[in-house]
Amino acid sequence: MSTIQILFFFLTALALFSAIMVLVSKNPVHSVLWLIVVFFAISGHYVLLNAQFLAIVNLIVYAGAIMVLFLFVIMLMNLNSEAEPRKHIWMKMAGVISGGCFLMVLVSLVRQATDMQQRTALMGSGNVGLIKNLGKALFSDYVVPFEISSVLFLSAMVGAIVIGKK
Amino acid sequence: MPIQYYIYLCLALFSIGIIGVLTRRNAIVVFMCIELMLNAVNLLLVAFSKMHHGAALAIDSTTKAGIDGQLFVFFIMVVAAAEVSVGLAIIVMMYRNTHSVDINFLNRLKN
Repeated sequence: MSTIQILFFFLTALALFSAIMVLVSKNPVHSVLWLIVVFFAISGHYVLLNAQFLAIVNLIVYAGAIMVLFLFVIMLMNLNSEAEPRKHIWMKMAGVISGGCFLMVLVSLVRQATDMQQRTALMGSGNVGLIKNLGKALFSDYVVPFEISSVLFLSAMVGAIVIGKK
Repeated sequence: MPIQYYIYLCLALFSIGIIGVLTRRNAIVVFMCIELMLNAVNLLLVAFSKMHHGAALAIDSTTKAGIDGQLFVFFIMVVAAAEVSVGLAIIVMMYRNTHSVDINFLNRLKN
């Protein structure tokens, strides 16, 4: 097995394990910390796919900003010691079974898709994910959505303040 | 790396997010599971973008095919950041009114 394959399977196992730990942790602070591990594993996947810009943006925006916001809110509410009320065991079983059925249906669909046979994702090469090319495309072809997203941010900011002040 | 491996990984992450939304009662954990599902979709978009780029690279060595997928991921991150700020404000608001983040308290909305 080559180095890229070993790294791929390591990051995959790390992402799945930490995603399961997000669910089974009782304490919400632990859930946030495990979710940060998931984001780091996904950033590692981006680096393997040579999408360096998205890897850095994922780390800064998700692991850096959004998760800190979650931690702030959890600590503001002082939930970290309080145990959440448990759901009934049958409700949990129903949730797990329906999620598992969803997974099973989609996996069997992908296994049968002839379009996906012998297709590979380009690893470690290809310059489409570099900052230079993405920046050129972002400020030429996608300049209108980019500017509209700034309006979206402004409205989200105003909305958050208005909701929080009530 | 075969594209199926990426599809299976993303499906598994997405299903874990769905199971979390269905089984947990803490509103913040439910919100985090939604973030997990968004990230699974992002990873799949990047993998498909690289698959498309690799196929186009065999024909033309200077192609920029596949750049749209990565920009879509960038815009999804933008929307997710805005969504999180508003969503957490709503959760704080709900905690202030009910002194709980249990989503089962919210079923009074249906009457």
